[in-house]
Amino acid sequence: MRLLSKKFKVGVNTAWCKGCSLCMGVCPKSVLEMNDRMKSTPKREDDCIGCRQCENICPDLAITVKEARENV
Amino acid sequence: MPSTEVLGWLRTRFMPHIWCPGCGHGVIMHALIRALVELNKDKTQTVIASGIGCSSRMAGYINACTLHSTHGRSLAFATGVKLHKPELTVVDVMGDGDCSAIGGNHFIHACRRNIDITAVIMNNNIYGMTGGQASPTTPAGAWASTTPYGAIDPSFDLCKLAEGAGASYVARTTIANPKQAETFIMNGIRKKGFSVIEVVTHCHTQFGRKNDRRLPIDNYRYFKEVSVPLTKSKTMTPEELAGKVVCGEFVDKDVPEYTEQYAKVIESARKKG
Repeated sequence: MRLLSKKFKVGVNTAWCKGCSLCMGVCPKSVLEMNDRMKSTPKREDDCIGCRQCENICPDLAITVKEARENV
Repeated sequence: MPSTEVLGWLRTRFMPHIWCPGCGHGVIMHALIRALVELNKDKTQTVIASGIGCSSRMAGYINACTLHSTHGRSLAFATGVKLHKPELTVVDVMGDGDCSAIGGNHFIHACRRNIDITAVIMNNNIYGMTGGQASPTTPAGAWASTTPYGAIDPSFDLCKLAEGAGASYVARTTIANPKQAETFIMNGIRKKGFSVIEVVTHCHTQFGRKNDRRLPIDNYRYFKEVSVPLTKSKTMTPEELAGKVVCGEFVDKDVPEYTEQYAKVIESARKKG
């Protein structure tokens, strides 16, 4: 089933991200993590299920979740 | 939601915005833009009016026809815009102090008049920008810089106020449910008449810091915990509902809209000569 599931790309605009960690709190799969520069980074992108909760909760509009190209 | 369309509604040269990291106002701005994109609104035919306060910065970041007006009087300005050009979509973004304290009179009379404006109220329970003074929506017992021993006065229920004043669409949600906020804003814009959408948000910098909700995520979890759907709240006793945030659509009715009535008056007066 793992192979059949869709893949997603999580893009974080680091210039806009303020590191509030809301996205890490809402993610059900712990895809995002804080890096050493206090910005959110997608560490486990393969686990992303595309629920877009992080995209909707991001107050800085810095996160974009897209379907990966290999799905098409 | 394709993010490129959302970004088209932003004045990206002003980003990142001035709000604190994790501020709920950004979540509401995103929901509002998504609602406008979903409704296929034209940027040149959409007016975003705002007053003064953190919430009112929103008008500066949205790339539509925006109007940053005086404290509490944003509804008066928006009413003027709507009366002059009734074909425009007018959205008024207000904070809780802007709406219920300084602009309280404008708010109740806009509700009574039922003019086709969508009021998005960002209720963060405090005057965040000026240093955390108690606002009319600060819950009893909560700390604010003007209530160092806890607020003693009961707070405003903005939805009941709007309902009593006669608004045609009244809904409430929290920032913990951005999708619901988007739906309610969309319904409010679609509604012909005055629509009030209260979005309960947080000010972790001024309010949460002294009320055990220091981090944005603490506030998010708190809202998840205390929000109760409207249908469930009907089965609960007032004691159980104390301290809860009831979310849902309280009013959705069709009543004559002000600009239409006004146009009729002009027409009949012209006929009489």
